[in-house]
Amino acid sequence: MSGKTRVLVPRETTAVSVGADEVAVAIAREAKQRGLELELVRNGSWGACWLEPLVEVVKGEARIAYGNVAPDDVPSLFEAGFLEGGNHDKRLGPINGIDYLISQDRWTFWRCGLIESLSLDDFLAHQGFKALQKAWEIGADAVIGTITDSGLRGRGGAGFPTGIKWRTVADAEADQKYVACNADEGDSGTFSDRMLMEGDPFGLIEAMAIAGYAVGASKGYIYLRSEYPLAQMILDRALGTARDAGWLGEDIRGSGFDFDIELHLGAGSYVCGEETAMLESLEGKKGIVRYKPPLPAIEGLFGKPTVVNNVVTLASVPNIVNLGAERYAGMGVNRSKGSLAFQLSGNIKRGGLVEKAFGITLRELVEHYGGGTASGRPLKAVQVGGPLGAYLAADQLDTPMDYEAFAQIGAMIGHGGIVVFDDTADMAQQARFAMEFCALESCGKCTPCRIGSTRGVEIIDHIIRGENRDANYDLLMELCDTMEDASLCAMGGMTPYPVRSVLKHFASDFSPGES
Amino acid sequence: MTQPVIDAASVDAIVKRYDSRPEMLVQILVAVVGKHGWVSEDVIRQLADALNLSRAEVHGVVAFYHDFRTEPPGRRIIKVCQAEACQSMGGRELAAHADAVADADTTVEAAYCLGNCACAPAVMIDGRTYGRVDAGRFDALLQSAREAQS
Repeated sequence: MSGKTRVLVPRETTAVSVGADEVAVAIAREAKQRGLELELVRNGSWGACWLEPLVEVVKGEARIAYGNVAPDDVPSLFEAGFLEGGNHDKRLGPINGIDYLISQDRWTFWRCGLIESLSLDDFLAHQGFKALQKAWEIGADAVIGTITDSGLRGRGGAGFPTGIKWRTVADAEADQKYVACNADEGDSGTFSDRMLMEGDPFGLIEAMAIAGYAVGASKGYIYLRSEYPLAQMILDRALGTARDAGWLGEDIRGSGFDFDIELHLGAGSYVCGEETAMLESLEGKKGIVRYKPPLPAIEGLFGKPTVVNNVVTLASVPNIVNLGAERYAGMGVNRSKGSLAFQLSGNIKRGGLVEKAFGITLRELVEHYGGGTASGRPLKAVQVGGPLGAYLAADQLDTPMDYEAFAQIGAMIGHGGIVVFDDTADMAQQARFAMEFCALESCGKCTPCRIGSTRGVEIIDHIIRGENRDANYDLLMELCDTMEDASLCAMGGMTPYPVRSVLKHFASDFSPGES
Repeated sequence: MTQPVIDAASVDAIVKRYDSRPEMLVQILVAVVGKHGWVSEDVIRQLADALNLSRAEVHGVVAFYHDFRTEPPGRRIIKVCQAEACQSMGGRELAAHADAVADADTTVEAAYCLGNCACAPAVMIDGRTYGRVDAGRFDALLQSAREAQS
């Protein structure tokens, strides 16, 4: 251990998007000018995006945090003795004293922010690859049993029980099986996959290896959206490091288990987040949705049995293996077990990632954690679950975050994205956008989605202009029914969710000037 | 205006990097667009030959994905996030502003989520994402992108 003071500056898209790189450069420059030695560490983000760039100084056992640091603050931080944890306007105190962070249930994201993202040593010092080794000890069957017992469900949005999916792939007879990690995080208001990949890339690698071991797959793919270049760089390096250290490849660490991962990029298509479209894209084709059955677990990538899991689903696995299914299942409510990384965004004061056990209400997330709107104006609507999720009204905020409770009110939790709108939002435009987005991103295979979305935009325009309002309203409802019942996948099948919710809760926005 | 020509040798090198595997077509196109900014008809023909695919197959893939431009972009590429989280923070107005102030050398495109939703609105300039962007910050970012290239 060197005597140099450790200073942590996140290398994570949001932190960098508001100046973290410039802050890191300024700190290094200022230290040099003052003849001070320090060790500049690039960690992931804790997820308190509203405090970014959030800089930490390690002082003994404590990590002292400074929030919203700008490059211009750096000289005064040094003047204030921040390398000793000195007082400054930007000083927040010890990182483990920040309520936003310490009150969370950090199961999946516990290493995010804590460790140096690209340091394999730091990862290994924080339980890294312990779960994979335990998996080898207890055997593939017991791993699947543990995941089933934990109640873990797919965090990409569909909520399918992970253990059942793994069992199906494990039981399928084939000469080759695959693990395909869905990192095509296209929903607006979501960034948890990205934060995990940027903050704990080895954690995802370990999780995929466990999945591969459990089902008998020797090859994994990460399908990463092209909008995430920093995650790409970090994953690329982490994969190389893991390979060099023998944690990927043939006969991993003498276990006899072969597993490697290939990183593939998307190319700006939302529908490629749908699992079968993603498989088509991984095969080098257009991202056209496949009919199901056959399920990907039976005939997936290149026709072989394939586990398709979201990043966060996979990343929840190592701790379940390490700590046991009961611990995970002990969190949450009803059939929504465990925790979810909720993402607070849009017009919100304290946006960021909040991992909490299921059952927390939307109000607690938006008000207690989020602090209400960024504009300070009254909250009008909250869209939960991305562009295919319903807009909830202010009087629905007490709904608990629970897959079934959301389904009951015609909404969905999806990937856990929560986007807040204040009272200036024109909800008719938001309903129109839902249809417009579907028209833009539809893969075109099924008619309700391909044609219905374009007709939907037109009908909404008629309603907004006041043309045959009642007849067009009925027509829009009928169109929503058709899309929901007859579309091939969630793209067309769930676009009606935001549209219907606007018609139900914000109907007056369709008739401006009328009361 | 005549369109620039994409150097066939550089495309060939990309194809070789992926061992001429047809299932790598999307990755090859990602690499071509990453290097050249767009995909020309000549490239489509070249890839069809090299990967033993029909031109229609390659054309179909190029047309399907938003990232695969079929026109050369400007020297700077700005993606303005137009998805809901950014809309809630003035993303529509920011997009209009970006269109208004962009010069001929700047390509402005819509993105549907840059994943920077907690610090909306967001833009990506030449592959780097920026958050908390208002009109003033946008102008400053565009100016520094220009200066970085001059």
